[in-house]
Amino acid sequence: MPSRTLPLLFINLGGEMLYILDQRLRAQNIPADKAKKVMNDIIATMFNKTFLEELFKPQELYSKKTPKTVFERLAHASIMRLNQASMDKLYDLMTMAFKYQVLLCPRAKDILLDTPSVLSQVDETYRQLIEMYTPLSSGEFQLIRQTLLIFFQDMHIRVSIFLKDKVQNSNGRFVLPISGPVPHGTHIPGFIRMFSCNGKEVKRLQVRNGGNYTSVLREGSFEMFGERVIKLGTNMYSVSPPVETHMSGTSKTSAQQKSINTAPNPLAKEELNMLARLMGGMEVQKPENADSGFRVNLFATDEEEEEALISRPDEFSYDKHQANAELVKIMGDFTEEAGEPCPLSASSKGDDLLAMMDGL
Amino acid sequence: MASNMYHKEKSIQMKSSASALYNNLSVLRIAPRSLTYFTVVHANMVNMVSASWDGLNYSHRQLQSKEANVATSSSLIMQAAWCVLPSRDILVLTSQKGIQMYESDGSIMVYWHALDTPETQTAQAVFARGIAAVREKYICVGISSGSMLVFDVPIKGSNITLSEVLEEHKESITDLASECSGSLECIADMVSADDSGNLCVWKSGEDFQLLNKIPGFDMSCSSVKLWKGTVVAGYGTGQIRLYEAVTGIVHAEVNAHARWIYSLDIAPFSGLLLSAAEDSLVRVWHLTMTPETNSVEIVHMYNECVTDTQICGAKFCDGDGYAFAVTGYDLSEIIRYTQV
Repeated sequence: MPSRTLPLLFINLGGEMLYILDQRLRAQNIPADKAKKVMNDIIATMFNKTFLEELFKPQELYSKKTPKTVFERLAHASIMRLNQASMDKLYDLMTMAFKYQVLLCPRAKDILLDTPSVLSQVDETYRQLIEMYTPLSSGEFQLIRQTLLIFFQDMHIRVSIFLKDKVQNSNGRFVLPISGPVPHGTHIPGFIRMFSCNGKEVKRLQVRNGGNYTSVLREGSFEMFGERVIKLGTNMYSVSPPVETHMSGTSKTSAQQKSINTAPNPLAKEELNMLARLMGGMEVQKPENADSGFRVNLFATDEEEEEALISRPDEFSYDKHQANAELVKIMGDFTEEAGEPCPLSASSKGDDLLAMMDGL
Repeated sequence: MASNMYHKEKSIQMKSSASALYNNLSVLRIAPRSLTYFTVVHANMVNMVSASWDGLNYSHRQLQSKEANVATSSSLIMQAAWCVLPSRDILVLTSQKGIQMYESDGSIMVYWHALDTPETQTAQAVFARGIAAVREKYICVGISSGSMLVFDVPIKGSNITLSEVLEEHKESITDLASECSGSLECIADMVSADDSGNLCVWKSGEDFQLLNKIPGFDMSCSSVKLWKGTVVAGYGTGQIRLYEAVTGIVHAEVNAHARWIYSLDIAPFSGLLLSAAEDSLVRVWHLTMTPETNSVEIVHMYNECVTDTQICGAKFCDGDGYAFAVTGYDLSEIIRYTQV
């Protein structure tokens, strides 16, 4: 995965996570002061200087497991606790929401327009993002988008809010409308102009365009508080009932989970190094006292949550893989060091982790 | 427009889905064996399907990207395409790490060229993309830096050598195309396109010669074809432009699609043009040359909408354009259409 893709991926997934958690905290009537603490702790951890420095370094992403591990850690950056089933569901919702945005954005550059709606409090990160991405050409943005689409390939988890709004079909695929405004810079299809060899227009033809397009929207502003124009990337959950996910459980879909992380050793050494650096950059607060902690459920009832954990297809349940045993070790390693930045150099940490894995 | 020019045939199932990459379908017709091969890229792998013409036999093969010193590579493949040369067909894979060349059925790798990758990771992406067979003996491949590598391919065997490096483009190469009419009279042999929409027109030889440079308009040209001296270029704005290759004269401008064009193809015997984009549409056009007035006409023939799919590959299956095949992001099938 080309190196510029990672910050956009993490920041957008992080933003989605904040929206979802905010909605769940309200739905479960968590006291306002606790809810606020959770949100602030997560935001502070996510936008921690060291973590961001690591995130913005040019680096490759080899496996889908790394972002999930980092977000599991992030979700537990405060007094809130999530069971595995709720964490899995949270991650599913985050990824499908961002997939939807990446797939449907009219121009690849518009992914950058989606991102700031999450960042209204965090100027420094916003500045870094703008600095990194504004100079890119349309072709370079399209490459980033194509890379993100590879990351999201074959994910067809059904999300009830998407099904209800008819932006997703019952087979888990998103609806792609063939009507509406064309992107900025594109003309409404259907027009042919032909020229003579000295440049004079000699013929014009209008053809049926096969869709029902209207003229372009004005270009969205990339300024911090400029008008976005594009609706994607705003909080879908601001007024809503609990968001359900359904597992797209057809054998056809699960058989096609062949993607980059099924190589024999998905956690290449470089990947472990990156994970170590990112985890090390997150300073996580230990709860002051055990009583202030509470559990959040992404499902409507505890029974549903238990049921979801049992019935989750193997491919989606990362617990069953040997590689995840290694990740659990990594998580455990950092939990003990909570509050301290990673003391060792990144590459030696990677070696330590590999040594741990070999010993399993 | 003929609304019933083509109808849908039975799709071919693949082992995995297609990735969102430009020109993500390559088709090789092997008449002596009544077979057609299809290749489609999925992340770090290529799905190869061979389909018998009677529709009864399908066989699958998957090729993996390669990388030095690693048993299984996760480096992404940007494109896979067959290069048809007089004595042999070579399957070329271009990835973030290098260029792999196979005998046509994908069974034997005959050549591997590693890209120069910097010691420490930089923000700039490094990859190879853009593949074309040129005249009798060359295979050209584009690089993200804008350079193009020219490989000299012998009649048989693995003694493929790097003949030349063409440094003309400053932006990443998106696509390459060679003159596909079969006519020996055409002066231009190859056209190259890049991310800023610049097009370069070349004559092949021991030293490739730059014949013309057609400037872009700051929008990526994602797919390009060359037919009877005419460049057909598809852009991220959804527009198709026709140029006279050696002079750069614009013959026509078509507002063809509402989203980024991902694939163009020409059926050389009939002059049919196929265009496909993220807007879910595949469109068929017809090109007519009038040498006396040095003009090219383009008319629209047919539309096909692949519902809820961002199309990433579309190719004719034969030189007349009797049939074409389509791939889409996240789809695990190759959809086929034939003329009614």
